[in-house]
Amino acid sequence: MRKSKALLFEMGRSGRQGYSLPSCDVPEKPLDELLPQKMQRSEPPDMPELSEVEVIRHYTELSTRNFGVDTGFYPLGSCTMKYNPKVNEEVAALPGFACLHPCQPEETVQGALELYYNMEQRLKELTGMERFTMQPSAGAHGELTGLMVIQAYHRHRGDHKRNKVLIPVTAHGTNPATVTMAGYEVVQLPADERGNVDLEALKEAVDDTTSALMLTNPSTLGLFEEEITEMARVVHDKGGLLYYDGANLNAIMGYARPGDMGFDVVHLNIHKTLSTPHGGGGPGSGPVGVKERLIPFLPVPLVDKKGEQFYFDYDLPDSIGKVQSFYGNFGVVVKAYNYVCMMGAEGLKQVSTDAVLNSNYLASLLQKTYTIPYDRLRKHEFVVSAKPEKKKGAGAGDIAKALLDRGFHPPTVYFPLIVDEALMTEPNDTESKETLDAYAQAMEEIAKDIDKDAEKVAAGPHYTVVGRLDEVRAVRNPVLRWEKE
Amino acid sequence: MGGKHYLPLTDEDRREMLSTIGVESIEDLFSDIPSEVRLQKELDLPPALSELEAVRHLNSLAAKNKHLNNCTSFMGAGVYDHFIPAVIKHVTGRSEFYTSYTPYQPEISQGILQAIFEYQTMICQLTGMDVANASMYDGGTAVAEGAIMGCGSTRRSKALVSRSVSPFYRAVLKNYFSSRGLDLEEIPLKDGHTDFSKLEEMVDDQVASVVLQQPNFFGLAEDLDGVADIIHNHNAVLVMSVDPLSLTLLQAPADYGADIVVGEGQSLGVPPSFGGPLLGIMAARQKFVRQMPGRIAGETVDSEGNRGFVLTLQTREQHIRREKASSNICSNEALVALAAAVYMAALGPKGMREVAEQCLQKANYAREKITALSGFEPAFPGFNFKEFALSIPGKPEELNKKLLQKDILGGVDAAPFYPELENTMLFAVTEKRTREEIDTLVRELEGWK
Repeated sequence: MRKSKALLFEMGRSGRQGYSLPSCDVPEKPLDELLPQKMQRSEPPDMPELSEVEVIRHYTELSTRNFGVDTGFYPLGSCTMKYNPKVNEEVAALPGFACLHPCQPEETVQGALELYYNMEQRLKELTGMERFTMQPSAGAHGELTGLMVIQAYHRHRGDHKRNKVLIPVTAHGTNPATVTMAGYEVVQLPADERGNVDLEALKEAVDDTTSALMLTNPSTLGLFEEEITEMARVVHDKGGLLYYDGANLNAIMGYARPGDMGFDVVHLNIHKTLSTPHGGGGPGSGPVGVKERLIPFLPVPLVDKKGEQFYFDYDLPDSIGKVQSFYGNFGVVVKAYNYVCMMGAEGLKQVSTDAVLNSNYLASLLQKTYTIPYDRLRKHEFVVSAKPEKKKGAGAGDIAKALLDRGFHPPTVYFPLIVDEALMTEPNDTESKETLDAYAQAMEEIAKDIDKDAEKVAAGPHYTVVGRLDEVRAVRNPVLRWEKE
Repeated sequence: MGGKHYLPLTDEDRREMLSTIGVESIEDLFSDIPSEVRLQKELDLPPALSELEAVRHLNSLAAKNKHLNNCTSFMGAGVYDHFIPAVIKHVTGRSEFYTSYTPYQPEISQGILQAIFEYQTMICQLTGMDVANASMYDGGTAVAEGAIMGCGSTRRSKALVSRSVSPFYRAVLKNYFSSRGLDLEEIPLKDGHTDFSKLEEMVDDQVASVVLQQPNFFGLAEDLDGVADIIHNHNAVLVMSVDPLSLTLLQAPADYGADIVVGEGQSLGVPPSFGGPLLGIMAARQKFVRQMPGRIAGETVDSEGNRGFVLTLQTREQHIRREKASSNICSNEALVALAAAVYMAALGPKGMREVAEQCLQKANYAREKITALSGFEPAFPGFNFKEFALSIPGKPEELNKKLLQKDILGGVDAAPFYPELENTMLFAVTEKRTREEIDTLVRELEGWK
C-alpha cells in the first residue's frame, strides 16, 4: 500500500531525548562570562526531540524505502554498481584507521601512511602511471585536480595560450563542467559512425591553444577507442596532454592500461572499479595518477618512504597546493586497498573479463527485442536506444519505471546524449548469469507490454512505495526544506 | 585466484555465454583493443589474500597507529574528537542506504531522499538560512565553492578571505581561485581575530565574496556586529565558515547577516578518519539557490497525491548543464550527511546545546589551568569556544613528543601556517575530555622547559 512517511519534524515530543552524556565534571562558570551575550544564540533551533527508539524506527523505515546493490541488480551505466564486500566495511571501521586525527605526528600514523604508500604502488601498476595522489574526494574532484596539474605544467613552461580542453560528445557531464571550473573553454568533438571519436575532427580541433584532451576509454557507449594511439600522437604533437577519465576502468584491468595508451593524467573512481560503496551519493574517492613530467605539480603532500619510515613529502615547490583539507577520503581508500589485496592481479583481470562478458552477453539477449546502436564488441557497458518504443508510446524513462516494478534498478537513462532514448546498461562483474537472464526476460516482457498497452507502461511504476513523482512540480514550486505550517 | 567469492560466473557459465554471444573465446571479446596498447604481461601485484589474511594484514597496519581510542586527544584544527552515539553506525550501516547510488530513480530511493531533505532542513534551522544542499566534500571545498558562488551571483571575480579562516580551507580556496583565474586577497589578523578595519579598507565594488570563520581557526568567537553591513554596502556577499555544532550556542549566521554558510560538519557524529571522509556543509539565502552547487532534494507529490521527494533544480548541475553548470560536483558525501542527520535527530536541540556548553566549559577550564602555569600564555585575548591558542615555552613538536609518552595527542603547531606564531599551539577540548584527563595534561605541562 502506498503511503508517505512522516518527517522527523512531525514526530517526537518536547522532553524526549535520544542521547546520554556524562555530566560536566569541571567547575562551571556562568555562560555570559565565557561568551558575551550578544554572541549567543537567542532562540534554540526548531528541531525535533526524539527518543532513541523513534530515531531508529524512523531511519529503519526509510531504509526499507531505498534500493541498493544489496537489494538487487543495479545496471546503472558508467556507475559500476558492483557488490561491495562486507569485510571492507569492517576493516575501515578499525579504530586504528577511523579514529586517526589528520594532524597526528607522523610516527603515530605509520600504518596509515604505509597503506597509502602500498595503495599507490598498486594503482601505478594497474594504470601504468608513475605517481598518485589520493587527495581528490570523488571522480569529478579528480578531474579538477588533474586539469589543475595540467594547467600548472603548461604555465610552468611559460605556455600561457592553451585555454581549451577537447571533449568528445559522449563524455560524462562532469568533464565539461570541470573544464569550466578550471577556467578553460570546452571544445566538443563529434563521434564517427563506429562510435569512436571522429579522428578528422580531432585533427582539425587540436592546435597550440589545446591544453588537453579528456577521454573516457572505453567510452560511455561501452566502446574501446580503436584509434587511441593515433589520437594520443595527434594531441601530443601539438603540445597538448591527454587526460583519462577512469570511470570505466572496470572494463580493462589487466588487459590495457591508460599509461600505455599515452595518457598523461588519470583519475580512478575507486568507488566504482575498486568496489567501495557509493553511500547514496558519496563519499567516493578519485585518486589521480600522472606521468613523470607532471609529478612536480601534484597536490601536497605526497606519501614517501625513507628507510623503513613513511612520511608526508611537502617539498614540491611547484605543486598546485591542496584540493582537500587533508589527505583525501582515507576511509574509502582503506576499503579499496583491502579489495585490491584480496583480488590480486589474476582476480582483477577476471573482474574485467566477467564485466565485459556479462555486458556482451546481456547485449546479445536484449538485441533480440531492442535496438542497440553501434553493432560491435562492447566492453563493460552498452547503450540501448528505446526510440522505437518511444514511438509506440513508452520511452526510456517509462521502461526504467517498468523495471522498478519488476525489482530491478534501471540503467542510466537519457545518457549518453548522442543516443536517442538511451538506456546505458552496465551489468558489471558481480552478477550471475541467472540475474542477467531474468533481467533480459523482464525487458522482453516490458517490450510486449508496450505493444499491448503503452499507456499503462507510461503510467508506471505501479508497485513501488510511491507512484511516479512529479519532478516538474518540484522545480516549478521548489520546497527544499520542511517549514512549520 | 583471488576474490572468487565476489565473482559468481562459473567456467560453464562463461562457455555458455560465449556461445550465446557467438564468439569462440574470452580473448575474442578483447580483440577491439589495438595490439599496440594491449598489456603484454600480467599485472605485477602481490599475491591475492583470502578474506582472513586480508583482515590480518589490515589489522597489522591499523595496529601500527596510535589513535583517539587509545590516546587522549587535544587535537582540533577543524577535526574534533566528539562522542559518537552508537545509533549512527547502525543507521549508516544499513546496506539499503550505503550500497545505493545517487538517487536518480526517486520511486525506489525515497529513503535517502527524505533523509537528505531532513538533513537540509536541520542545516537550515541551525544556520538560519533558507536552503541547504545535500553536502560538499569537506570544509575546504565548501569554502571554495561558497566563495565561487558569491562570484557567480555578483558577476565579480575577487574574494577576500580572513587569515583567521582555517589555513587548510584557505589552501583549497587559493587553488580553486587561481585555477579559475579569480583574484583572492587575505585580510590580516589583529590579535588572532580578523582585522575588521582592514576589511573595511579592502572591500570595494570589485569584491564578490568575503570569507570569514566563526569560531575562527584559533577557536575564537569573532565580534561580527555590523560586519555584514560593511560588506553589503558594496553589494558583496558574506560567506561564513562555521562549526555547525557551535550553532546551538553561538548566534545563527542569519542573525549577523551571512549570505552563504559553509563549513566542516565532522563534529556532527562523524569519525575523523585521518581527515576523510568529512562533510562539507553549504546553505544560503533563497536568492542564491540557482548558483548553489551540488545535489538538492525537494518535496513533491506522486501520481496519487502522496508526498514524496526528488532531486531537484537539476538545471544547475553538470549532468544537465555540462559546461554551464554551477559546479562539477557529482558524488558528494551523502552517507556522511546521513550520519550527521542521525546525530542531530538523536541529540536534538537540547543535546547539541549540552555538548556545545560542555565543550565551552571544559575548554575554558583547561585554558585557565594551563595559562596559570609559568611560560604558558594565551596567544590572544578573546572568547574561545572549544579550542584555544597558547604561546608555549618551547617547540610544539618537542612538547608533543613528551606528551605522547603518556599517550596524549597534544596540540596542533600553528607555525607551519602562521610563520609569525613561533611556539604557538592550538589545543581543543571537547565534551569527551574528563576533568582528570585535563588535569593530567596540566600536570605534564607543568615545569616543561
